[in-house]
Amino acid sequence: MIEITNIYKTYDTGNKALRNINITIEDGEFVFIIGRSGSGKSTLLKLLLKEVEPTSGKIVVNDMNLGKMPRRYVPKYRRRLGVVFQDFRLLRDRNVYENVAFAQRVIGASPRKIRERVPSMLQMVGLSSKYKSYPQQLSGGEQQRVAIARALINRPEVLLADEPTGNLDHHNAIEIMKLLDKINRMGTTVVVVTHSNEIVNLMQRRVITMDRGCIVSDEEGGAAHEN
Amino acid sequence: MRISTFWYCLKEGVKNICRNVWFSLASVATISACIFLFCLFFSIIVNIQHVVKNVEGTIGITVFFDEDLSEDAIRAIGAEIRDRQEVSDMEFTSAQEAWESMKKDYFAGHEELAEGFADDNPLAGSASYQIFLSDITFQDQMVEYLYQLPGVRQVNYSNSAAAGLSSFNAVIGILSLVIIGVLLAVSVFLISNTINVAASFRKNENEIMRYIGATNYMIRAPFVVEGIVIGLMGAFFPLVGMYFLYLESVGYLTAKFQILSRIFQFLPLSQIFPYMTVVAVLLGLGIGFFASFFTIRKHLKV
Ligand SMILES: Nc1ncnc2c1ncn2[C@@H]1O[C@H](COP(=O)(O)OP(=O)(O)O)[C@@H](O)[C@H]1O
Ligand SMILES: [Mg+2]
Repeated sequence: MIEITNIYKTYDTGNKALRNINITIEDGEFVFIIGRSGSGKSTLLKLLLKEVEPTSGKIVVNDMNLGKMPRRYVPKYRRRLGVVFQDFRLLRDRNVYENVAFAQRVIGASPRKIRERVPSMLQMVGLSSKYKSYPQQLSGGEQQRVAIARALINRPEVLLADEPTGNLDHHNAIEIMKLLDKINRMGTTVVVVTHSNEIVNLMQRRVITMDRGCIVSDEEGGAAHEN
Repeated sequence: MRISTFWYCLKEGVKNICRNVWFSLASVATISACIFLFCLFFSIIVNIQHVVKNVEGTIGITVFFDEDLSEDAIRAIGAEIRDRQEVSDMEFTSAQEAWESMKKDYFAGHEELAEGFADDNPLAGSASYQIFLSDITFQDQMVEYLYQLPGVRQVNYSNSAAAGLSSFNAVIGILSLVIIGVLLAVSVFLISNTINVAASFRKNENEIMRYIGATNYMIRAPFVVEGIVIGLMGAFFPLVGMYFLYLESVGYLTAKFQILSRIFQFLPLSQIFPYMTVVAVLLGLGIGFFASFFTIRKHLKV
């Protein structure tokens, strides 16, 4: 469970990115966060990743109070979250298999575990046949699938996606959303930041709308508000 | 740490080096130069010390006393000298003994010729102490001290090559420290730069690693490996070079200066090479490790 309570974030530059944010996300939920560019969506995800610290307020993820977490525990904590970005952030010098295996190697997983998990994960995202390809040889949609596989390989409880379809055409965007939906149905909590109303309307899930650092609506199964 | 993780870090470190070959080679070259000079000076200094030690044991200072001084008075002065720290050994030669020894040397086989002096020791007043020093560099100081003692007539000493060599050694020591220090600084600077470049190549990757939850330790590992490998290569080349250079030079010098070979005995390579290797490897390892570790730390504020 994710509990965000009275969160304020003002950057050093004086930008008030978040103002009094309160959100509770239950285990296994699928949540969209939408809003115009600059409304604070990415900042919210960065707070969850403990990449930036809030100016005030409290965040608790799975009973861990992020504000009180010692620095050396942060890597362990991050292993319980998966994250994907608009720009995929794959390693260009490694093939698909190695990109996914990378996430396991750098946390010191055993070679046996890697050999077991990577192929089944690639199958889950539908890339079994392209495991030897390099990112440059893949379409945007395929690259995002690799990124999702990499985010999930360490079996996180929560998947955070910051505009995962922002660089994709309509068809690929829908495909990626279907994949995220499938992942959610397998038990992972999914938080997706997007500014595509079309996608949000298609999925019929919980939608949190932000504007200038504030939450303006939080509705179940809701369609996006035009604003 | 898992063995597979170790190999992974090693591989990534080597990859860093390959991706950044010219900087890495420059780093290896300066460390090599640094360690090579160290080995060179080390061999020179150790050999000179060896020679000095050889010679030191054989030469001493000889003190003669005023002719009217009684043997008891001389022995009293002797006791005073013996108390000095620099003195490692002393030998007393009485006037009688001096004469006996001279008779043996000069009148060998014609002892009857010496008989003429029988009751009148021509070497009366030549009682002497021969003083051996613990370290030849104390010689000047000792001679000065001896001269100001009452009753001392003459001090004989060889202002020998040994003393000169010793101070020459000290000069080389200081010079080498300075040069090695400068090269050390240049090496650290170059490695640090190399690591900086590698870090910029890996910026993307490090960021992803951080999101995935890799420990700082794991993120740093490839860079530290890079530094260590560069450092070890920087030790390897000069050691190999030194090995052959030493054998060649000793062979050459021994052949060229055969006259000197009685005092100038080179230490066999086997006696100094192990020390040289240990120090060179530690030096390379140390430079590589610390330069990379502290450079990469700057890049990794979470
Ligand atoms: N590192 C930063 N330093 C200063 N201001 C920032 C930083 N990151 C974001 N901001 C500001 O915070 C506000 C929210 O940004 P962001 O969270 O990226 O919004 P969104 O993802 O919704 O587009 C914006 O006004 C942006 O300019
Ligand atoms: Mg954003």
